[in-house]
Parts: sequence; structure tokens; C-alpha cells
Amino acid sequence: MKQIDLVIVGGGPAGMSAAVAAYDNGIKNILILERDSHLGGILQQCIHNGFGLHRFGEELTGPEYAWRYEQQVYERNIPYLLNTMVLDISPEKVVTATNSEEGVFQIQAKAVILAMGCRERSKGALNIAGTRPSGIFSAGTAQKYVNLKGYMPGKNVVILGSGDIGLIMARRMTLEGAKVHAVCELMPYSGGLARNIEQCLNDFGIPLRLSHTVVEIHGKQRLEGVTIAKVDENRRPIPETREYIPCDTLLLSVGLIPENELSKTAGVPLDRVTSGAVVDQDRQTSVEGIFACGNVLHVHDLVDYVSEEAEIAGKSAVAYIQGITAERTDIPLSTDGKIRYTVPQRITQKKDVTVFFRVADVYRNVTIRVSDGDRVIYSKKKLKVAPGEMESITLRPDQFADAKALSFALEVK
Amino acid sequence: MVRELTCIVCPKGCPLRVELEDGVVKSVTGHTCPRGLQYANDECIHPMRTVTSTVLAKDGRVIPVKTDRTIPKEKMFECMELINATVIELPVTVGQVLLSDILGTGANLVATANADESL
Ligand SMILES: Cc1cc2nc3c(=O)[nH]c(=O)nc-3n(C[C@H](O)[C@H](O)[C@H](O)COP(=O)(O)OP(=O)(O)OC[C@H]3O[C@@H](n4cnc5c(N)ncnc54)[C@H](O)[C@@H]3O)c2cc1C
Ligand code: SF4
Repeated sequence: MKQIDLVIVGGGPAGMSAAVAAYDNGIKNILILERDSHLGGILQQCIHNGFGLHRFGEELTGPEYAWRYEQQVYERNIPYLLNTMVLDISPEKVVTATNSEEGVFQIQAKAVILAMGCRERSKGALNIAGTRPSGIFSAGTAQKYVNLKGYMPGKNVVILGSGDIGLIMARRMTLEGAKVHAVCELMPYSGGLARNIEQCLNDFGIPLRLSHTVVEIHGKQRLEGVTIAKVDENRRPIPETREYIPCDTLLLSVGLIPENELSKTAGVPLDRVTSGAVVDQDRQTSVEGIFACGNVLHVHDLVDYVSEEAEIAGKSAVAYIQGITAERTDIPLSTDGKIRYTVPQRITQKKDVTVFFRVADVYRNVTIRVSDGDRVIYSKKKLKVAPGEMESITLRPDQFADAKALSFALEVK
Repeated sequence: MVRELTCIVCPKGCPLRVELEDGVVKSVTGHTCPRGLQYANDECIHPMRTVTSTVLAKDGRVIPVKTDRTIPKEKMFECMELINATVIELPVTVGQVLLSDILGTGANLVATANADESL
């Protein structure tokens, strides 16, 4: 069996950043395995700008951001295999993959980094009444058609879900001549970034219908229209508010979910909230030597944070292979519900730890509080927090050195 | 007159409040960096946007493109017409200028990905 120090599964921004960081920290025997025909991951189809402001101080498009990292991979001659699908990872870090040249092959790795990204949820479509004509797409699929194939899925569009991909596609299809009649959002707030509501909807006068959902789909072969309705506090449609909108295309933008089938075969325990692995500050999963980063770990809205997280995973994989560690500890992190989750979920070494988290609702004038039992070890005030925007705080070892467990809570005035 | 805006310059999306008098910006609050101040001024006087799209290559592939600086917002659709009327020769490299000085705006249309001659 082939022996390789570090195998990276997925060649998107997470996989590439992790590879570069590992290389620069002293491990050269690396292999990136990517099932697609090029590196870059989902960024290839994200042709809009808004990437890289944190990282590079300039606004890049998705393909340009990917290219920056591809160049770093090429300059270092980091080996990668394209059109290669990873089928299985064992807890002993035997990676099984397949491609047309080598058939099915196995590699024994010292460490593995999971960077498989995420896929779109499709659940939203299933519980809507009515027919199932053609013309219903996930927003990401529509994005792939328009941006990679140059094919427009339709002319009259309704979008269900106000996540960023849906917003971006509202603008994209409008610019290509389609009419976007409405973006319906079940919740009373949008899950997308405020800037995308402004530049993708408001710029074109596209109505955002908050607390609205699609209740019925009409059409035999091709979609002919949808019925939308307002929902009450319990998210139940109010019959009197039913409204018919003729359209030939319905895009579903109802969220992303980490792609973790492989993590399960490796025996990696997952977090029920993030649907990604439970990790420590190094992005090491509960299976020693298996790390995770990027959208496979938790869904990020900014690729800049994906790169940052992947660098942590890359560096830490090197430290793991070389047997270097800081003083050990084992502190679980918990949340109060207003804070939905944290990444990492555990602290296992005494060093600076940046904790990322997301909140459950829009809250104003909040205090973020981290406590060990009754003792508050950290607190910070914020004017506004929202589910669409990831928050982070950094803890120093002197703050948590003798903590048993840390709880993250949001106090709302 | 008071205008409430959302800054679109970076993902923070700060809420901006602009006080205008006879079309002149009197004061801006809510921005957390100088770029936000600039945006508020531009947005009230002459809104500008970057356009991203794709152009067709001779062999039928689509190549992602962008304007290399912002153009007046009201010219977006005219710019799209130009982009959709363009067919380019391959190869192209990231940053290569495909159309220069679009609609007299001073902005160029540039490729945002590489594409070889052959597939
Ligand atoms: C539509 C959309 C719009 C976005 N807009 C923005 C934006 O405006 N600004 C911003 O900063 N961020 C944006 N993002 C977020 C950003 O693009 C992502 O966070 C980032 O691409 C995630 O990187 P990743 O490497 O984790 O995953 P991906 O880019 O998804 O890469 C994962 C890679 O793993 C490969 N893979 C998966 N399974 C296997 C397997 N079994 N074997 C081999 N390879 C495998 C996949 O083919 C893929 O190439 C957007 C994301 C989406 C989806
Ligand atoms: S004001 Fe500055 S920090 Fe706020 S959104 Fe605009 S550019 Fe970003």
C-alpha cells in the first residue's frame, strides 16, 4: 500500500489552504484527492465578487480567489489527483479512492484532513402540495447551469429561501433578462447577508416576502405557477393570504448541509447542530489524526474564514505527525440555545483558542458570556447578532487554564 | 431628508444613516470604516456597482468575467448587453482585458478564470 504523510480529501479552498499551510510548516509528502476535473471547489461557479476582502484586502470573484490558492499549490508542487473520488476512510487512516487510470486504490496516511465541502438541502421541496413539474431547481444547481454551462433555466422566477445563494441567483438571473417575482422567506428575517439583500434584491426592486412560503406548486409538464402565503408565528400558512404567482421556474435556497458520509465511515462523531464533526481547537476530530475544515465542518458564509480554519487544520496536522503538542487539558464547550453551536466543541490543549459560533435568532444589545460554572471568564457586548453572520471570540489559556467546562451564553437586554 | 442604507462594500453590511439637504450629503453615521463613508457619499450622489457575468468563447464554453472597477448602476443592463454580444478567442488568463473602457466608464471587462485552447 502507498504510504503518504498527509492525505487531503477535497481540493476546494479548504483543501488547498490546508495543503499550503501543511507544506509551509514542514510536511512535504502530501496528496490532495479531488473528484472534480479541476481544483477550486464550489468557488468555480460563484462568479460574483465579494470574496477575499479579509484575506487579500481586495474584492475578488470566486474563481479569482480559487486561482490565488491554486497558484500557491502549483508553486510548491504539492501533488494532487483530479477526477478521483474518495470512497472510504478507515479509523486507521487507510484512504480508499478510485479514478479511471488507477481503478480502486488504497493509501495509508499518517494524518487525513477532511475538506469535502457541503451540499444543498433539498427537503424544502418535499412537503409542498401540488404537482412536480420540471422547472424546480436548487439555487446552486441553477447557478451551475447559468455560470458554468451558459444555460438559463427559465424566464419567470420565484425563489424560496433567502439564503445567500438564492439572493445571488436573483440578481444573476435578473441581469440575464429573467423576471424574479419574489423571494419568499419562511422566517421573519433573511438568512442572507445584509449586503446581498441590498445589492441583489433592492437594486432591482425584487420583493423580499418575509414570513412567507410556497404552499402549492402548479403545472403538468412545466411549472406554471406557485401559490404563496404568509405564515403565522408558528410558521403555519394563513389561508386568507394565499396568492398565485405565475412562473416557469422555482429556485430553492433552503440551506446547506455538510457532506459527511465519509466522516461517518471513519468513525468520526458528528455534532447534531452543525452536522459536521465534533472537533478540538486544532480541528482534530475525535478520531486521532483525522482533521476537518471548511464547509464539511460547519457551513461558512465567508471563504476567508474557510481558509483561516483550513490553515489551522493544516498546521495542526503537521504538529500531530511530528508529535508536537502544548500542555493537554480536556474542556467541553456547551451553549445555551440562543447560541446554537460553537466550533471547536472541545479544548484539548492550553494555547490561544478562537471559538466561532452562530446564534439562533436576531438579537439586539447582547452580552456574550463565557463561564466556567459560576465564574465568568469572558464577556463582550454587541449591538446586534444575527443567524446569517458567524461570530468569533479568542480565549487565552490563562482565562480557561483550570476550567472544568465552558458554557457560552447570550444575555439579551 | 434622511436616507437609511446598508453598506455593501464588505460582508459586515453596516447600517448607514445619511442626512441630505438639497441633494448634498450633510452627515453620515453608522459606518465603521472610511470605505463606508465613501460608499454613503457615492450612493447618494451616483450609485456605482461592479458587474460580474460570463462571456461565450468560440468553442461554446462560458468564461467568467467582471468589470475591473465599478460602473454607474444605471448602466448595468447596457453593460450586460455588451457582454452578451461578445464572443472571445481562447486561451484567456485571469485578469486579461476582453473589452476596454466599457460604455465610456473607464472600466474594462476582464476574465476572472483561465481557459486553455483545448478542453
Ligand atoms: C453559491 C455560494 C455562494 C457563496 N458566496 C460567497 C461570497 O459571496 N463570499 C464568500 O466569501 N463566500 C461565499 N460562499 C462560501 C464559500 O464559497 C464556501 O464557504 C467555500 O467554497 C467552502 O470551501 P470548501 O473547500 O469547504 O468546500 P467546497 O468549495 O465545496 O470544496 C469541496 C471539494 O471537495 C470535493 N469533494 C467532495 N467529496 C469528495 C470525495 N468523496 N472525494 C474527492 N473529492 C470530494 C468537491 O468536489 C469540492 O471540490 C458561497 C458559497 C456558495 C455555495
Ligand atoms: S462601513 Fe466599512 S466595515 Fe461597515 S460594511 Fe462598509 S466597508 Fe464594511
